[in-house]
Amino acid sequence: MFERMMNSKLMQGKALPVLIIVGAILAFWYVMAVQLNAPWQLGVYERAGVTEWTNSQFISDTLNQDRPVLPSVHQVAAEIWNTTVLKSPTSRRSLIYHTWITLSATLLGFTIGSILGIALAIGIVHSRAMDKSMMPWIIASQTIPILAIAPMIIVVLNAIGISGVLPKALISTYLSFFPVAVGMVKGFRSPEQIQLDLMHTYAASKTQVFMKLRWFAAMPYLFTSMKIAISISLVGAIVGELPTGAVAGLGARLLSGSYYGQTVQIWSALIMAAALAATLVSLVGIAEKIVTRKMGVRT
Amino acid sequence: MTNSPVISAKKLSLTFPANDGPVHALSEVDLDINEGEFVSFIGPSGCGKTTFLRVVADLETPTGGEITVNGKTPHEARMNRDYGYVFQAPALLPWRTVERNVALPLEIMGMGKAERAEHIRRTLELVNLSGFEKSFPWQLSGGMQQRASIARALAFDADLLLMDEPFGALDEIVRDHLNEQLLKLWLETKKTIAFVTHSIPEAVYLSTRIVVMSPRPGRVIDVIESTLPDERPLDIRETKEFFDIAHRVREGLKAGHSYEE
Repeated sequence: MFERMMNSKLMQGKALPVLIIVGAILAFWYVMAVQLNAPWQLGVYERAGVTEWTNSQFISDTLNQDRPVLPSVHQVAAEIWNTTVLKSPTSRRSLIYHTWITLSATLLGFTIGSILGIALAIGIVHSRAMDKSMMPWIIASQTIPILAIAPMIIVVLNAIGISGVLPKALISTYLSFFPVAVGMVKGFRSPEQIQLDLMHTYAASKTQVFMKLRWFAAMPYLFTSMKIAISISLVGAIVGELPTGAVAGLGARLLSGSYYGQTVQIWSALIMAAALAATLVSLVGIAEKIVTRKMGVRT
Repeated sequence: MTNSPVISAKKLSLTFPANDGPVHALSEVDLDINEGEFVSFIGPSGCGKTTFLRVVADLETPTGGEITVNGKTPHEARMNRDYGYVFQAPALLPWRTVERNVALPLEIMGMGKAERAEHIRRTLELVNLSGFEKSFPWQLSGGMQQRASIARALAFDADLLLMDEPFGALDEIVRDHLNEQLLKLWLETKKTIAFVTHSIPEAVYLSTRIVVMSPRPGRVIDVIESTLPDERPLDIRETKEFFDIAHRVREGLKAGHSYEE
């Protein structure tokens, strides 16, 4: 029986190492939860005049506080269950609703950012003047903390009558165009000299060299940079939700959670954001697999 | 038409600037290549044989002298797609199948789809790659990849073929085989071929004329007219005639070297 398990997919594949790591993280989480919540629990006992308690009762109490310093795994899981499955997705109390708000800004910002990044890279690769003049600005743009610039973008755009999803998306764009631009400059310049010479002997135009050589040569770079871009787009969207006064979105859940000390709510929003980021990055990965297979890459 | 040379170089020079003084890649090269000839360029590295080919292809600009390709400047000849160029490496685009790699120059030249298919079929047959249309480059051996790149250079029916050590990276057995095929192809298509190599047997076996070159500065040492017949079975390489020509090539290379020291 044991031998069969050893030979099963579990041992050969990636499943077992993943399970071990997940288990270790959960165990660590519980240990930390007990430790961090213990001082408060001792205070509760003192105020209530409880002088004797068993270890198991103490641990159970630390893991089930209303406003714990660190909520336990099952509290967060229950909160996520209650706010997703048990709530209508259109309800403002539904985490699905807030996730969708953030997701829509993320996707819009990522799309604009990717297109902008690719467009900048095309310009930079084809024009020496653009290469010299744009690159320092592109790099400088990323040295400004997004937390500082996000409220200004929201306020300025609001002043000229733009509100809703677009200002948040533009913050995502601000973050996500950068890896795409830098990656695609590298990608468009990745064809070997011999391939460029070949196109030269055919008297190919710049457009033809781009469409038939540079674009395809840049594909691996595109997907790598889009994986980075989509995850920081999500960060941008969440940051963009903070200065709007916590109306809706995962950022709003984080902010209102911290206003009211709702750590369970904060953690469930965090877990949701992490799961969303993982899903988005793996979707880009799937798109990459489909494209590279079509391009005949050895598998 | 037969009297005007396909390639004509007069006092052709090319100097590359470098940190430790200029490099004279080509120095006053005089050479005519006529229609239907198979001319090999042989010499040690740095003798300018590849540079000469790249000047013909308008990949380098000469710093002195004159050169015409089909009576035009190299630039005009390139714009007119007068030549096909085969590089040292196959340089196939890895995301294109064999047939789509061969189609690349045809697409760039704006050829229609039906006509493209016909050209692809014909040129792949010429290099014995029929049946591998849908293969990706990585699925082919090195020799087959180089044959695909030759097909690509032949696809648009240029009368001049420039080949820069196309078989340099291949092993002896594959190389023999491809030499035989190339010779057959040359006899069938009557193209003018300029062929760079560093192998004496390859140069002697293939060429109607052998240009022996020497480095620093890159110049022509000797031009040898081959006395071998056009039809050449592989075992012609065992004949005295073959050895005599090879000997003269070797003497030329030696002379070039002693001149240098």
